[in-house]
Amino acid sequence: MNSTATGEIVQFDNVGLRYGSDREVLSDVSFTLYPGTFYFLTGASGAGKTSLLKLLYLAQRPSRGMIRMFGTDAITLPRERLPGFRRRLGVVFQDFRLVPHLSAFDNVALPLRVAGVPDRELLRPVADMLEWVGLADRMHAQPAQLSGGEQQRVAIARAVIGRPELLVADEPTGNVDPDMAIKLLRLFEALNRLGTTVVVATHDVHLLRKVPDSLIMRLDKGRLSDPTGALRYPPRPHVAARPRED
Amino acid sequence: MALQLPAGVHEAIAQGWRSVSGNGQSELIPQARLSGPMPWVIAIMVALTVIAAAAGLSFSNTARNAADELSGGVTVQIVNANPVERDRQAVAAVGRLRAIPGVVDANMVSQAEVERLIEPWLGARAAGDEAIPVPALVDARLRDPLTAETLGALRRAVREVAPDGRVDGQSSWLKPVFSAIQSLQWLSLALVGLLAFATSAAVLLAVRSALGSNRDTIEIVHLLGGTDAQIARIFQRSVGFDAAGGGAVGLALGLVVVLFLGQQFAELGAGLVNSGALVWSDWLLLALVPAGFVLLAMLTARITVLAALKRML
Repeated sequence: MNSTATGEIVQFDNVGLRYGSDREVLSDVSFTLYPGTFYFLTGASGAGKTSLLKLLYLAQRPSRGMIRMFGTDAITLPRERLPGFRRRLGVVFQDFRLVPHLSAFDNVALPLRVAGVPDRELLRPVADMLEWVGLADRMHAQPAQLSGGEQQRVAIARAVIGRPELLVADEPTGNVDPDMAIKLLRLFEALNRLGTTVVVATHDVHLLRKVPDSLIMRLDKGRLSDPTGALRYPPRPHVAARPRED
Repeated sequence: MALQLPAGVHEAIAQGWRSVSGNGQSELIPQARLSGPMPWVIAIMVALTVIAAAAGLSFSNTARNAADELSGGVTVQIVNANPVERDRQAVAAVGRLRAIPGVVDANMVSQAEVERLIEPWLGARAAGDEAIPVPALVDARLRDPLTAETLGALRRAVREVAPDGRVDGQSSWLKPVFSAIQSLQWLSLALVGLLAFATSAAVLLAVRSALGSNRDTIEIVHLLGGTDAQIARIFQRSVGFDAAGGGAVGLALGLVVVLFLGQQFAELGAGLVNSGALVWSDWLLLALVPAGFVLLAMLTARITVLAALKRML
């Protein structure tokens, strides 16, 4: 799982991002993500969480600074190598970004199909995953026929189906009821225990207490602060002090 | 985390799924959005190309057959109002020509054949009607194509025995016709090229439009690790199906028109026109036109998609 000699999955160094000629939406962002760690990214609306996640899932190149992912300079990474890196990531988009004309089954199967998994090998993992997020009976429904919460669960199932090394989730529990939110967090934790590094962006402070072993990065007007020492090197040991609140 | 479904359920669902899904990747882009009028555009282009190509091939056959027939042929006209003297000179010319090395054959054209040839202009002539004297004709075949030197030598030789004889190369009569046929051949080729270009342009516009309307889907596929080649293959495949369907319809339409025109021309019964009839290799070439358009359309789609995707991260 370790990607470099020092083990970091992602390293940001003085990263800045601006869209066009506007002011920077991210400034001097530096942090390191380690394998098997659970991170929360918090901040008020407009703080830059989604922009930071876009850099993490390689949908955007920064305006300045250095980003290393899986031991490779992600900024100078040639386009033809991007797909290989993206297949090591799982992404839950804030707006779900499900393919509208595909069923829930096909949406969840998409990362596997893109990776070249033959159809005959898709059924079991996709059906299991839909079962896990409580949508086994909705596998043939198209996104338009699903509620917001159901769409979100499909998006999450799609993000984790490929057992990514790094899971990036933008407000993944925003449209689900509290019970389902807890269930989804447990899914993320289960993945995390299997070695996946998880980054969950949320503005829900109650959610942070649900995963006591997590580290917190806080964004404020495009700058990053470090209330739990998430950015410190070497990282502090996983916290056990914060009690779990289920 | 993984739940076990009852035995047999997976396979049952899989069978149902396979029956409707086909190759999963092709389902990423909705077929209908890409298709639209594209198959019909390709059908029209293929039909026009088949007709233009058939015309070009027919012109080519006409030119080749006529050239083969006429390049080594000379005609001797004996222009003399006295039928006895005319026949004497004709017989002498035939004998003289046959004695010349390089002349494969020389024969007098029968009076009946001559009268049949001039009948469209002068009407049926009664036997022995000499009110309008008709020249005697001698048809000679040479081993090699006629040159100016050979023609000069033949004229001198014929004049020695038939002072009223006029020797002409058969191909020289049809030089303007050959020139016109060659122009029509080039025109046909240019039309085929323009139609191929127009088809490429139509495919390019359709693919760009489909790329625009499917941009979100393409971005998602990209972000999930899809490669440019995978996305291009989806469009290629869709365009390929459109082009194959349209090409088949276009080929059928084109062949109907070609067969109809062929029949019309065949009824003319004119030698030069009939020499342009299509042979089996021409029909094979016409049958390959849709395949060419399918390849062209798929190549255009691939190049268009790859060029567009390069602008995306």
